[in-house]
Amino acid sequence: MGAMMMPAIPVTGNPVAPEAMTGRMDAVVNKRLADAALNAARSKGATYTDVRIGRYLNQFIITREKQVQNIVNTESFGVGVRVLANGTWGFAATSDVTETGIARAAEQAVAIAKANSKIQKDPVKLAPQKGYGEVSWKTPIVKNAFQVPVAEKVDLLLRANAKALEGGANFVNSQLFQINEQKYFASTDGSYIDQDVHRIWPNFSVTCIDRQTGKFRTRQALSAPRGMGYEYLDGRPDGKIAGPTGTGINGYKDSYDMVEDAAAAAKQAKEKLTAKSVEPGKYTLVLDPDHLGLTIHESIGHATELDRVLGYEANYAGTSFATLDKWQGKNFQYGSKIVNIFADKTQPGSLGAVGYDDEGVKTKRWDLIKEGVLVNYQATRDQVHVLGENESHGCCYADNWSSVQFQRMPNVSLAPGQAKYSVDDMVKDVDKGIYIAGRGSFSIDQQRYNFQFGGTLFYEIQGGKIVGPMEDVAYQSNTQEFWNSCSRICDESDYRLFGSFFDGKGQPGQVSAVSHGSATTRFDNINVINTARKI
Amino acid sequence: MNNGPGQLLSSNQSPTTNNEKMAILSQDQAKAIMQNALRFSKADECEVTLTGTTGGNIRYARNSVSTSGADDNTSLIVTSFFGKKSGTATINEFDEGSVEKVVRRAEELARLAPESPEHMPMLGPQTYKPSVSYFQSTANINPDFRADAARKSLEPAIAKNITAAGFLEDAASFQAKMNSKGLFAYHRDTGLTFSVTMRSADGTGSGYATGDYNDAAKLDTGKLSRIAIEKASSSVNAKAIEPGKYTVILEPAALVANTDASLIGALMNSMDARNADEGRSFLSKKGGGNKLGEKLFDERITVYSDPLNTEVPTSTWAGDGRQREKITWIEKGVVKNLYTSRFWAQKQGIKDIPNPANFIMEGGTQSVEDMIRSTKKGILVTRLWYIRPVDPQTLLYTGLTRDGTFYIENGKIKHPVKNFRFNESPVIMLNNLEALGKPQRVGGNLVPPMKIRDFTFTSLSDAV
Repeated sequence: MGAMMMPAIPVTGNPVAPEAMTGRMDAVVNKRLADAALNAARSKGATYTDVRIGRYLNQFIITREKQVQNIVNTESFGVGVRVLANGTWGFAATSDVTETGIARAAEQAVAIAKANSKIQKDPVKLAPQKGYGEVSWKTPIVKNAFQVPVAEKVDLLLRANAKALEGGANFVNSQLFQINEQKYFASTDGSYIDQDVHRIWPNFSVTCIDRQTGKFRTRQALSAPRGMGYEYLDGRPDGKIAGPTGTGINGYKDSYDMVEDAAAAAKQAKEKLTAKSVEPGKYTLVLDPDHLGLTIHESIGHATELDRVLGYEANYAGTSFATLDKWQGKNFQYGSKIVNIFADKTQPGSLGAVGYDDEGVKTKRWDLIKEGVLVNYQATRDQVHVLGENESHGCCYADNWSSVQFQRMPNVSLAPGQAKYSVDDMVKDVDKGIYIAGRGSFSIDQQRYNFQFGGTLFYEIQGGKIVGPMEDVAYQSNTQEFWNSCSRICDESDYRLFGSFFDGKGQPGQVSAVSHGSATTRFDNINVINTARKI
Repeated sequence: MNNGPGQLLSSNQSPTTNNEKMAILSQDQAKAIMQNALRFSKADECEVTLTGTTGGNIRYARNSVSTSGADDNTSLIVTSFFGKKSGTATINEFDEGSVEKVVRRAEELARLAPESPEHMPMLGPQTYKPSVSYFQSTANINPDFRADAARKSLEPAIAKNITAAGFLEDAASFQAKMNSKGLFAYHRDTGLTFSVTMRSADGTGSGYATGDYNDAAKLDTGKLSRIAIEKASSSVNAKAIEPGKYTVILEPAALVANTDASLIGALMNSMDARNADEGRSFLSKKGGGNKLGEKLFDERITVYSDPLNTEVPTSTWAGDGRQREKITWIEKGVVKNLYTSRFWAQKQGIKDIPNPANFIMEGGTQSVEDMIRSTKKGILVTRLWYIRPVDPQTLLYTGLTRDGTFYIENGKIKHPVKNFRFNESPVIMLNNLEALGKPQRVGGNLVPPMKIRDFTFTSLSDAV
C-alpha cells in the first residue's frame, strides 16, 4: 500500500507504566517455551515450524502548543506459531505464554494448515535455511529512549512548540514515537535468535494562518524516523546538511535538532502564506532526500515486492508493472544509467536494520536496479524459488506476535552518485526548476505506473539560482519515465535516510517501518500541476 | 465512520487461541466485572471500559486460499483521575487480584501524569436507546462458513479462467463502560466485510466488488464475485482517452471505501468544529468563525447519521459515553451541525455533538443503469483508489480510478477506458451534481451513486 497509510496512530497492546518498559525477556525461559511449540507441532505432523515470542513496547508522547495531550505506554506480549503441514502454511497465536498455551497454539496452527491444504493448489516450496544455534542481535543504540525520563522528553517537545509559537505559528502539534520490539525466534532449522530492536520518530506540524484571507499553511518537521536511540535527538551541529544556497533549509543526517527545526518551520510556514503560486508546466526538479525517499518507496520499493508481482496483494494494495518477464529479459531500463537501487536490511541507523528476519534468515544487502536495469526483487523463503534462487533475501516481517509474517519491504535506497556533486551543483545550471524538500501528498496507482507527489517546501529555480518560495506544487509522472529522466545525483557526502514508520500492507492490515537512503537528485522535464482551487 | 469489522478487530487479527477467554459478555456479566473494578478505586474519578471481540478471516489469491485465522480478545481498561491528571491501564485477566492491580496501576500513572488543561469531569448517568446492530447469524460464523464463502467466490472465477483474490473478515464484539459518577453503557455489534478482485487471465481486465453487513445472512459471495467477474471481462483491452473534465457516474464503491480513504469519507471526517473555529479547515471563515449555516453544496445534498437505521445500525453511544442520536450534518446543501469534543463545546458554548459512527446520504430512485441511459457523454467510474489529501484548505484530493472504468456515449457503455488520475474536491464535486441514485451500503454507510459534471482527470495511468 503506501507509506504512512495508517490514518490514525496504530496503538496496539496494553497501556503499561513507563517503568515497566525497560526490562528484557529471559532467553532461557523463551528457549524452553519455544521448544514446547516445536515439539507439539512436529508431533501433530508439521514438517517445519517457527515460533516468535514477542514483547512489543510503544511509548507515544503527543503535545500541542503548551500542553501534553496524551502519553501512551503500551505493551503487547505473546507468541505466534507458524507451521508447514501438507505443504500448506498454518498460523496461530496466543497471549497465554506458557508451555501448555504455546503447545495448544502450535496444534491449532497444524489443524488450520491441514484444513486449508484441501483447497490449496501449489504446495509451499521453502528455501533451505541453516540453523544458527543460539545467537542475538541488538539495534546499535547509544541511549535507550525508554530509559530517558518522560519529563525530559515532554520538555523537549514543549520547547520545540514554544519556539514555533515565538516565531509566529498559530498552532503546533508535536509527537515522539518510540518503539522497542523484543523478539525471540526459534525454528526447526535449529535457530534460537534473540533480538532487541529500537526505533524512534520525533515529528511536528506547524500551522500559520492569515485570518484576513482565511488561508492556512502547514510545515511538517524535516526529521526522519530512525532505527536509533534517543541520541538521534542530540541536535549535534555536525548532523546538519544545508540545502541549496538561497533556501536557508537545514536537512539532518544522523542527529536532529528539533527546536531549531521548529523555529525554521514557523518562519517557512509564514512564507508559504504569500509564496508565488506555481505556473503549471515542465520543470527540472531537484529533490531533497527527505522528499525523494517517499518517491523511491512508492515507485520502486513497492513495485519490486515479489508477492505483489505474483498477485498475492491483488485484492488490496495491487500488483506491479515490474513483471517477471521484465526481469527475465535482463534489459528493462527502469531508470537512467546513473540509477543504482539497492535493498538492504543491515544499514546502521535505518528502520529496516535487524540481524535476522522473522523467519530466521540472516539479513544482507542486494541490488534491485543496476545501472538503470531491473535485476532483482524482494523475496522471502517461500518465494525465492520463483527467481531460481535457493537462499531467501531475508525480508520477512510480522508487526506483532499475533500477526503472521510475510514479505515486507527492506530499506530500498538510491546509491549516491560517483562524481563529486554538491547540492548547489544540482541547481546551478537549471534554467527553470523547482527544489522540493520534505514529505507531502502522495498517491500512486495499483501497479505503480502513475504517481503524484507534493512536498513540504518548494523553491523556484531560475537561471541556476534559487529565487524564492513557491506554493501549490505537485508533480505527476510515470515511474519508468521519471527514473529515466534522472540526470544527476549528489555524492555520498549528501546521502541521508528518509523513513516511513507506519507502512501498511496485507489483509488484515499490518504496518512496518522502512528507511530509504538517497542524496539530493535531479530529474529533468517533469510535469508539474497547480493544486490551488476555489471553493 | 467506517464501522466494518476492520475497525472492530483489535490488534490481534490473527488466529489466537487466547484461552478462549470471555468472548461476548452479556450486559449483566459486564456490569458485574466493572462494578467489582470500581470498588477498588481510590481516585477522584474512575472510569472502566470492558471490550471483547471474537472473529476471524480468510484470504485468497491466485485462485487459492493463502491465509486464514480466528481471534478472541477481551480487555478491561481503567482510567483514574486525580484532579486534572489521568492515567490508564489495561488487563486481560479478570480474577480479583488482577482487577485490583490494574486499578492501582492506573492510579499510579495518574499521579505521575501532567495536568491536562482540557480535562472534563466525567459524565453522570445517561440514557441510551438499545442498539440493533447485533446478529447471531454473524456471531455464529465458523471456519467452515468462511471456507464455503471463499469457495463460492473461487468456483465461478476458475470456471471462467479468471484469477480471484479476495478477503472476508467477520467479528462479533461488545463494549461496556461504567464510571464512578453512575454512568453505565453497553453495546453489542456484529459485522462482516467481503471484497474480491477478479483479473482476466491476460491481465488486461480487472473488476472489484465489495459488501459489508451486520447480518451474515445477507452475504452472497457468489453474487458479488459474479459482478466482479463481469467487470473484469468487460474491462479488457481498455482504450486511452484524453484526460480532462468529464461528466462521471460514480458508483458507491467509488465514493466510500471499506478499507481506505474516500472522497465522501474525507468530507465527513472534516466536519470538526474545533478545526473550523481555529481557522484550519475548509469550514473556516475568512476573518474568523466557521461556515455553520452556510449553503456549501447543491440543494439535493442531505447527509445525516442515525445509529438505529436498520440498514447501517451502529452504537447508540460514543467512546466517551455521550449519546449518539439521529443528527443532520448537511440539509439541502446547508451545513447544519459540526461535531466537537466536550472540551471545545464547553469552551465555545456550542452544541455538544459526538462524531458520527455512520452516515447516510439521501438519494433518489435511479439505478446506475438508469443514470447511464440519461448520459450523452461521460465516464462510468466503479472504484477510486489511493485517495490522499493535496490541499486541506479546499479539501482537494488526488487518487485514481481502478478495476473497471468505462466510456459512455448516447446512453450506452461504448468501451472500457484506461484508468485516470483525478484531482478533485468533494466540495466542488457536490456543487457539480447532476443526479443522485438509490443509496447503497458501503463501509457501514449509505451512499447513492452520483452523476457529477466537470470531474477533473489530470493524467492517464497504464495500471490495470
